[in-house]
Amino acid sequence: MSFVKSTASALAIAAVSATAAAARDQVQVAGSSTVLPYASIVAEAFGDNTDFATPVVESGGSSAGLKRFCEGVGENTIDVANSSRKIREKEIKACAEAGVTDIIEVRIGYDGIVFASQQSGPEFTAFQPSDIFNAIGAKVLKDGKIVENSYTNWSDFNGDLPDAEIAMFIPGTKHGTREVFEDKVLLKGCEDTGAMQAMMDAGMSEDDAEDACLDVRQDGKSVDIDGDYTETLARIDANTNGIGVFGLAFYENNTDKLKVATMGGVVPSTESIATGEYPVSRPLFFYVKKAHIGVIPGLKEYASFFVSDEIAGSDGPLAQYGLVSDPELSATQDAVASETTMGGGS
Amino acid sequence: MTDASMDAAGAPDAPKKSSLMKTDEHTKKRNRSETWFRAYGLAAIATGLFFLIVLAVSIVSNGLPAFTHTVVDVEINMTQDQYDDAESQLLKTSAYEKVFIAAMGAQLAAGGLELEVDKKVLQRIAGKTGSILREFYKENPDKIGTPVSFTLPAASRVDQYLNGALKREDVQDSRFLERADLDIVDQLHEAGIIKSAFNWTFIQGTDSGVDNPGGAGIGASVIGSFFMMLVVLFLSLPIGVAASIYLEEFAPQNRFTDLIEVNISNLAAVPSIVFGILGLAVFIQFMHLPQSAPLVGGLVLTLMTLPTIIISTRASLKAVPPSIRDAALGVGASKMQSVFHHVLPLAMPGILTGTIIGLAQALGETAPLLLIGMVGFVARGYPDGFVNGFIEPNSAMPAQIYTWAARADVSFYDKAWGGIIILLVFLLTMNTIAIILRRRFERRW
Repeated sequence: MSFVKSTASALAIAAVSATAAAARDQVQVAGSSTVLPYASIVAEAFGDNTDFATPVVESGGSSAGLKRFCEGVGENTIDVANSSRKIREKEIKACAEAGVTDIIEVRIGYDGIVFASQQSGPEFTAFQPSDIFNAIGAKVLKDGKIVENSYTNWSDFNGDLPDAEIAMFIPGTKHGTREVFEDKVLLKGCEDTGAMQAMMDAGMSEDDAEDACLDVRQDGKSVDIDGDYTETLARIDANTNGIGVFGLAFYENNTDKLKVATMGGVVPSTESIATGEYPVSRPLFFYVKKAHIGVIPGLKEYASFFVSDEIAGSDGPLAQYGLVSDPELSATQDAVASETTMGGGS
Repeated sequence: MTDASMDAAGAPDAPKKSSLMKTDEHTKKRNRSETWFRAYGLAAIATGLFFLIVLAVSIVSNGLPAFTHTVVDVEINMTQDQYDDAESQLLKTSAYEKVFIAAMGAQLAAGGLELEVDKKVLQRIAGKTGSILREFYKENPDKIGTPVSFTLPAASRVDQYLNGALKREDVQDSRFLERADLDIVDQLHEAGIIKSAFNWTFIQGTDSGVDNPGGAGIGASVIGSFFMMLVVLFLSLPIGVAASIYLEEFAPQNRFTDLIEVNISNLAAVPSIVFGILGLAVFIQFMHLPQSAPLVGGLVLTLMTLPTIIISTRASLKAVPPSIRDAALGVGASKMQSVFHHVLPLAMPGILTGTIIGLAQALGETAPLLLIGMVGFVARGYPDGFVNGFIEPNSAMPAQIYTWAARADVSFYDKAWGGIIILLVFLLTMNTIAIILRRRFERRW
């Protein structure tokens, strides 16, 4: 019976101490898989350089992260949500309903979205947004009419592109990247090709036409990738004609495998993204629960450490890894220092 | 040829005789099908073996590079000023790295190597050394001002180049490594300053940031898995065995117990991620247990393992012949005595087998851990105490492997394979212990 006794007492001790130790000593972060690498670099440096515990950073996507962020206030909810897009009105409302009213928005920098293919594949070196739209839009403009997309090869609509089969791997809808891809590439391409105008002429309202522009063909020429960029990379590896959508940092880590294409004639690089020349980039954010500052040790310090010049500045480890640093970083630092919440209050 | 034999063979309407010496058509057919069946069996085993060997070879060949790393020998003389300066900065580790780069540059210049080495090149060749140096000087402040020789990790791409994973012609100039750097790497390698060494960090260390594959280790998550397995073992074994003894030996046979039985069998087939959602809702949101804690992970995995243990325990209890129970009852033992003195010891090997299978399953689970915060970047050191091991945030081995496999830097991919080797070693150890226990419990009748 001593076995049973010791088991029972071990469990009792564990349960008691679990409740006692529920006072968390580390920052909990969740959200965008695009921000995850940067957050993990910062978390490691934060643990190495301060006396606070190393924060725990989970992935899961911007939307999932913000959803968990908005679950409420308290030690069993996360303190920081990483996001590769701005928080939506709907999410702010959901947050407020759960009692999360004071949210500090922190912009950490910019990330470029690049289009890359296999090193040894066909010469995909220059794209325009219109090319991407023609390749994967559900409905395209052909001979002045809006028709179901029946293009099979890139050369079908642009003689300058290789005569290779269309095979695109784009971020799935749960990625923050998808939104930027839709806004800056698909919609732009839709407008450029005149498809949007044609749809509106055919009697669609502007909103409906925009939605129709963002529809992606479902016949297998375009594949949604819901996983990480490593999955996209594996698909590209297996398909000579495949073209994938990657973050700039991921591409720069894999330059020996991937060949990048220009977009609108601009080569993607930290410089061209910082100047705004390269069209497809988006800001990266994290959101801090103000109610947790002072409760969770190290939360405010983590936020200000993250946006310090040494970390997020143009010579810091984040820029070293591929983040395009924010020219207005000092404004962000001030906002974190004064705990300025969204909507202006402090 | 004699007459008699002519007769026997030639007689048209003689009855068909079967002989044991001569196989007839039917027997031949039966023998043929048996031969075929044996061939199928052998082919099946051979296929299985083939895949096993392919698997083992690919795991070992892909995983071995994770166990060695490339190191740089360097002597550093940290002055008090440098130390104070570094400690006064926000990013202290990078100040330490600068000291390291300066020391390495000076050492190369003094070593008579005819090299014009730029600081930028050294930065690309060296790994993340700042945190190692800072830790050392914080623990040994008396070493400030005296020369100390360090063995520090080189950059992951240099490591890949030296172990052959990265070919010179594949190197594209980037801020991580330039092709020209490799000439310097080659010379340093020949001079013995850069060399290969066993990577203890990988076995003992914790996870590291995405820009530091050299500092990544699986040690902390091995501990995480260990504590989870403790929870699973000490909860699911007693609960599972008690439940199945009651159901098998004491419970009346009625609709209610039938319902329970059906539900247990159904639970065994529930996808593991469902238990993860349940764990999030019940253990974290309702019971307010800490996030990312092995205790919660263990509780979730216990739910998943229980049906497996109950089913196998009941099967092994059923396999104990009723005559044993009857004999015990016949000599005046109570029902409980007959179960605990006679039936349970005989069923023990079967119960242990079920437990091994259940634990092995639980050890490899990632999906339920996703939802309770154990998958991601959890770079905590070792827990400082037994109880803290259950409640401090930690990761588990399969979760760690999964995280590494998803990272941009290819060096993490090697780490993932290396992690698989450690996971398999852990599993083998666990199973060996269980098998030894089973041998000791085994009783014959």
